[in-house]
Amino acid sequence: MSAQPSDIPVPVGLAAAGSLLRLLRRLSHDPLGLLGLFLVLVMVFCALFGPWIVPDDPFKIHVAERFNAPSLAHLFGTDSLGRDVFSRVIAGSRIALSVGASSILIAMVLGLILGLTAGYGPRWLDNAFLLLFDSVYSFPTVILGLTVMTLLGASIATLMFVVVVIQTPAYARLIRTATLAAKNAEYVLAIRSLGTSPLRILVVHILPNIIGPLFIIASMDIPSVIALEAGLTYLGMGIPPPAPSWGRILQEGFTAIRDAPWIVLAGGFPLILTTLGFTFLGESLRDLLDPRLRRIV
Amino acid sequence: MTGAKVQAFPAAAGAADDVLDIRDLSIDFRTPKGPVHALRHVSLAVPRGSIVGLVGESGSGKSTLALAAMGLMQGNAEIIDGSLQFSGIDLRGLSPEAWRAIRGKRISMVFQDPMTSLNPVRSIGQQMMDIQYRDRSAWPAQRRRKAAEILKRVGIPDPERQLNRHPHEFSGGMRQRIAIAMGLLEKPELLIADEPTTALDVTLEAQIIHLLRELRQEFGGSILFISHNLGVIAELCDIVVVLYAGEVVEQGPVREIFHRPKHPYTQALLECDPARIDLISRDLPTIPGDVPNLLQVPPGCVFAPRCPKLFDRCRVEAPTDRAVGPGHAARCHLLDGAGRE
Amino acid sequence: MLVYLLQRIGLSILICVTAMTLLFAAIHVIPGDPATIMLGTRATPEVRERLNKEMGLDQPVPIQLVKFLGRAATGNLGVDVWSKRSVGTIVMENLPYTLILILTGLGWAALVGIPLGCYSAIRRNSFIDKFTGVISVGTISIPSFVVAIYALLFFSIQLGLFPVIGAGERGDLEDQLWHLVLPSFAVGLGWVGYLARIVRASMLEVMGENHVRTARAFGLPEPKIVLHYALRIAILPTVTLLALAIGGLLSSAVFAENIFARPGIGKLIVDSANVRNYPVVQGAVMTTVALFAFAMPIADFIVAWLDPRVRSAL
Repeated sequence: MSAQPSDIPVPVGLAAAGSLLRLLRRLSHDPLGLLGLFLVLVMVFCALFGPWIVPDDPFKIHVAERFNAPSLAHLFGTDSLGRDVFSRVIAGSRIALSVGASSILIAMVLGLILGLTAGYGPRWLDNAFLLLFDSVYSFPTVILGLTVMTLLGASIATLMFVVVVIQTPAYARLIRTATLAAKNAEYVLAIRSLGTSPLRILVVHILPNIIGPLFIIASMDIPSVIALEAGLTYLGMGIPPPAPSWGRILQEGFTAIRDAPWIVLAGGFPLILTTLGFTFLGESLRDLLDPRLRRIV
Repeated sequence: MTGAKVQAFPAAAGAADDVLDIRDLSIDFRTPKGPVHALRHVSLAVPRGSIVGLVGESGSGKSTLALAAMGLMQGNAEIIDGSLQFSGIDLRGLSPEAWRAIRGKRISMVFQDPMTSLNPVRSIGQQMMDIQYRDRSAWPAQRRRKAAEILKRVGIPDPERQLNRHPHEFSGGMRQRIAIAMGLLEKPELLIADEPTTALDVTLEAQIIHLLRELRQEFGGSILFISHNLGVIAELCDIVVVLYAGEVVEQGPVREIFHRPKHPYTQALLECDPARIDLISRDLPTIPGDVPNLLQVPPGCVFAPRCPKLFDRCRVEAPTDRAVGPGHAARCHLLDGAGRE
Repeated sequence: MLVYLLQRIGLSILICVTAMTLLFAAIHVIPGDPATIMLGTRATPEVRERLNKEMGLDQPVPIQLVKFLGRAATGNLGVDVWSKRSVGTIVMENLPYTLILILTGLGWAALVGIPLGCYSAIRRNSFIDKFTGVISVGTISIPSFVVAIYALLFFSIQLGLFPVIGAGERGDLEDQLWHLVLPSFAVGLGWVGYLARIVRASMLEVMGENHVRTARAFGLPEPKIVLHYALRIAILPTVTLLALAIGGLLSSAVFAENIFARPGIGKLIVDSANVRNYPVVQGAVMTTVALFAFAMPIADFIVAWLDPRVRSAL
């Protein structure tokens, strides 16, 4: 029976859904993984539907209601400008997730390109890249972030740039190692002897093998990137006000820590839940999908 | 389960003076697929002052037996039947403290791989002094001297200086000598040597065998020597025990076993030994077939699938030990006068 | 051994130089000259020009770089244009505080984490093992500055057990130790879990090895086996990882110093960065880079020293 065009997308979709269900079932045996999944889903939900579920406008200033302790009207109280902290926290999830996910994605793509080039290209290029990677790596993360933000000024774009600069060397290194290993693998030598172009070899033969582990490792970086964004913002070098980044809430809350401790509690709380959630989920998935990656910690 | 209760092995008479007395020992490994019957109704004895050779191919269970005698079996191994006695002490259910009292002092073991069985980050002197920790009255200097003496005895030159060296600084043969030195340091009643020469080349092997013979004369202890190499067993041992797939198929004095082997497996082993081949032909004799799956031990004789002298009874009924001569017994239906069907 | 030493140090120097060049280039690539940014728009052209000349910014960039590298090699990190003091001096005033902070932080993390990891390996699947496993993941993922803020809130402000700010009176050791408790707790907390996991994994591997079985065969007491036959070997990869930890520790120190208002390199960088005091930022950042870049060969040497196999090979 010849395959009809309409036959093809459906089985593929079902197959993908099927393996996803299997994965979920395996995950269901891991309580920490389930907890992580739940927390991540909550956070993603807040990020996606934030504007519709906030009880109050995160930016609305009510000077008369400054520093109100938590109550039914304001679940996390109000801050120095009378803004509802709970709403700000929910709005902050969108910032955290979008900055985190998109900058990691960009770093992955960049790392892929650089790593493939370093691994497949000439020796001197590889050495030059390694030196560059190691030099960037020798800057402690937050200090690098501070330096770059100082130089470029604080904004979402520059913050994402910082994350990309920090994460790319690690990914590029991984890809480079995998490329080198694949390059010398027998099947690639065989294909090369048949005269296939390097680019085709890269894309069709090497890439599919290394992209899986890369995704897993990159997704495990999400919590640290979210933490970095919050941290830099806390220090005043991140996303500028009045954006309700969790780091911003922490910073504002810190100055009022004696009089209105609920603000810092509210700012730290989502950070803790999000980082825990992503880490629990990431570790469970990693153990399920490719336990060998444990070596890279 | 295969086989009826085994007859008392004649040579084990006078069990009172046996250093190691194993009777009807059965050991299972618990695996996800079910219990693997690694040893079944094994009986052997190591008389005081003798060298007993345990010979068998890979998977026969010889290492399991050795480790059982040391209480060092892996976690999923379980003694399900039989007795294991050392100098009158029941080794089954011995407490960890009691084990620590006898290991390294009354029973010692020399392992197969000298590369990995010594601590790489501790000098051999330190390791040898570690072993002597039970001797509370001795000063470190005395312990050191004792270590140097025995190193000298096993043929390590300039022992005082070598004590400060680490295992990786020695060659394989030297390392095995050191291992033997460590084993004999406290003059144990029984030394178990688990294939000590398998990882060494023939020249080194000969040296080690020679050394063991000399040392045993000097120290007067007993040795349980495990190997798959018949030539070495013939040279060194007084008594030979042949193990196949977890069962003792034949045992007896060395001369008897080598000149008048009664079990087809023993006979085949001897035929296969390259050193004894007198007929020059293009093919090396081998024993066809594989060791059976010990998850489901077939009824009947365990060697039946590979036995050249197989007959019907062998497949259905497991043979029991039959005496062949003084101290010599084998487990084969051929020896049963009533024999064939 | 000596050749290896020189090779590794040489590599670290190379990395430092490259990092410095990157930093230098970054500073000079940004639009607007540093003088304007530092002085603000109210600066007159003459003042700006004078500042530029003082900072040596009127010369071509490559020459500036070479001069900077040359001076840095001799320890001269430039001059802070505001206070006119040498950057090196300012850095040296603050560095010890940071070093004490990260060493104490790492210290307590090791004192708690390593035994926990060890115990988890020996008593696998016991309650402590499972508990440690969960706590490890938890503490690794929670951002250290949140820990610091919460610790400050609960223990200092709410309970009044520890002082809130500063490093304590000079010369008063007890006071300084008291001021050190919360910051080093915050800095070290994440590492407890990390170390516990690594040590556990390493120990499990080593405990299964042949020489441990031999040690048992000689009836050696269990504590001796765990300590000298297992941990002694399992700890070696941990040392290397501890060197990599310096980077993370420095980052955590930045937050801790900020939150607890402690003097240190971290606070120096943040404060200077906020007022765009480039020479100080440059000097302080480079110091942290050098610390990190040299920590790794130092760790490798410690491993070589601890492991006789490596010692012989070199």
